[in-house]
Amino acid sequence: MKTELMSANYAAARAVMSARVEVVPAYPITPATTVPEQIALLNETGQWPGQFIRVESEHSAMFACIGASSTGARTFTATSSNGLLLMDEGLHWAAAARLPIVLANINRSVSPSWNIHVTHDDSMSKATTGWIQFYVSSVDEFYHTLIQAFKLAEDERVLMPVMINADGFVLSHTLSTYDYLEPEEVDKFLPPYKPPHWVMDPENPVSHGNIVFPEHYMEFRYAMHEGTHNAMKVYEEIEREYKKLFGKYFGGPIDCYKCDDAEVVFTSQGSVAAEAKDAIDELREEGYKVGNARMRMIRPFPVDRIRELGSRVKGFASLDRSVSYGYGGPVASDIRATMYNTKHRPIIKSYIGGLGGRDMTVLDIKEVILDTVKAVENGETGSEETWHDLR
Amino acid sequence: MVATKDMPLKEYVLKGNAACAGCQDMVALRHAHKALEGNVIQVVPACCTSVVQGLWPKSGLGIPVLNTAFPAAAATASGVRAALAAKGKDDTMVMVWAGDGGTFDIGLQALSGAFERRTDFLYVCYNNQVYSNTGTQRSGGTPLHAKTTTTWLGKKEPEKLLDFIVAMHEPVYQATANTAYPRDLYDKFMKAKEIRGPKFIHIFLPCPQAWNYPVEKGVELGKLAVETGYWIQWERIGTEFTLGRQSKRFQDPEKRKPIEEFLKMQGRFSHLFRPERQDAKIQELEDYIQYRWDLLMKTLA
Repeated sequence: MKTELMSANYAAARAVMSARVEVVPAYPITPATTVPEQIALLNETGQWPGQFIRVESEHSAMFACIGASSTGARTFTATSSNGLLLMDEGLHWAAAARLPIVLANINRSVSPSWNIHVTHDDSMSKATTGWIQFYVSSVDEFYHTLIQAFKLAEDERVLMPVMINADGFVLSHTLSTYDYLEPEEVDKFLPPYKPPHWVMDPENPVSHGNIVFPEHYMEFRYAMHEGTHNAMKVYEEIEREYKKLFGKYFGGPIDCYKCDDAEVVFTSQGSVAAEAKDAIDELREEGYKVGNARMRMIRPFPVDRIRELGSRVKGFASLDRSVSYGYGGPVASDIRATMYNTKHRPIIKSYIGGLGGRDMTVLDIKEVILDTVKAVENGETGSEETWHDLR
Repeated sequence: MVATKDMPLKEYVLKGNAACAGCQDMVALRHAHKALEGNVIQVVPACCTSVVQGLWPKSGLGIPVLNTAFPAAAATASGVRAALAAKGKDDTMVMVWAGDGGTFDIGLQALSGAFERRTDFLYVCYNNQVYSNTGTQRSGGTPLHAKTTTTWLGKKEPEKLLDFIVAMHEPVYQATANTAYPRDLYDKFMKAKEIRGPKFIHIFLPCPQAWNYPVEKGVELGKLAVETGYWIQWERIGTEFTLGRQSKRFQDPEKRKPIEEFLKMQGRFSHLFRPERQDAKIQELEDYIQYRWDLLMKTLA
């Protein structure tokens, strides 16, 4: 393992090399653009020997991924925002075809208005496609989670595509040191991809995607659901192995910080979740029993972990950098739904904030957490949701 | 031209598939695959072929088939080709088999991208001039005055001149074919098999359902399309153009049969003859034939 100073996007390009990805179709969109740029350079200079396809749209990018993965190649792409939305048909297709494609989504606001900074609406709107979804908080975590993602996606118990989300600009264009692995080192962890289910091969002709009538369609969908569900336990195994081999561990589906004796826990996704550790430290110094639950995985949803946490805390302060318009914060809603079928009733406050890249500083996070602390003290849930810093 | 007895006996289009009676797509697929002899991965976007291949878990085609989304055939094929290249399996043909809707309309962007990238694949558009699979809606390939379920009184615009759009992408091989001439179609697939790079074959394919003619008349109609000059058989290797031998003598308008003979057989043009004859509209179609001949001979020949 070696260390270098890089942006998350360049680290993603290195992950492609480290994981011996065979095919990358990609289309430029800010802020994901520097991922395919760097992959092109690695390809043209012979450092990465795979096939890079300069497609003419994101829709084609995802379907070229589908064609390549169907032919047995390890496949990766990167996009953002409107690009992810244009891929939508392909996202559903890849999941239903059980293709272990890995996608780096550099979270960016959806238009209009044009805004290239972070909002999680792009990926949150894809939570029902079947894709496994991670949110990361550092360049190092992005790089290593991408490598883990191939192992997870290709596991026979899973065979579902994986989306790794990283905040636009905050991670994508910010330099940070991270530790990387040579392909020979990754070989110990990640064997070459051999499709265990079906593959396009003239030696053994099969047809994929034929018409399926109502008497069988549901069973295929149930199998997808099972695959995404299985990702939870399979990922725990993968993380253990990765830690043993490379000493890297990022905290499982929910990375908890000072949660053991916490009365109020702050949940969030992406880079804010790293910032929140400082807020927790300051609030602890001020005498509050608070903790940080960094939501790394939102599909499958970490139901058991949330229930375990919810059984011993008095309140959740749940921040979404996204909105399900007409209802509220998507992850806060999932936490509430998860707790309903238990006997525990912590206060679960939903906060919407940081949209369009608006800064969520340590002070903002502290304010959000203290609002929930106050609700717990008063025993009153208060408003259903709070738009933090709404002018 | 290949003698029928010299075509491989092996069938890749299997019995018991789900095609309609008289489906000319089966004629096209059958002879294309006899030429390719199984070393092919076929990509199929939404079209009649997605249905005629049959229901899961069986397949009516004895070759690997990857079904894909409507706009995505050429992009999916690009991915298949890249994966084969990554694995060093360069001798396998990657072939798109798409209808006119999936080519002229929703699939055009992906087609353009794949050709510009010089993808080594064969794109086949089997053109029955209508969204046949969804029940006869007009496409960009539907001809002037044809009735469809979205142009009840006849289409007001002529079809898109797809061959010219494709030609401007400079494919290494481009041809038109017609299921009324299966041996010629076979030969064209044999040629395409030997050439590396982006290739395009445009197959004229009458559809008894959508065009509303008796199921046994498909070959007759295909021949009439050529004899009236309505469909032109040609081939282009690089920039070397050859007018097909079936079409050669119909370059002379005097030798062509009147377009009426072709139109009268089809219910989709019945309003041009009943309740009263629409001379102006028939003449418009006749004139458009010469316009297309001129355009072809001036630009591609």
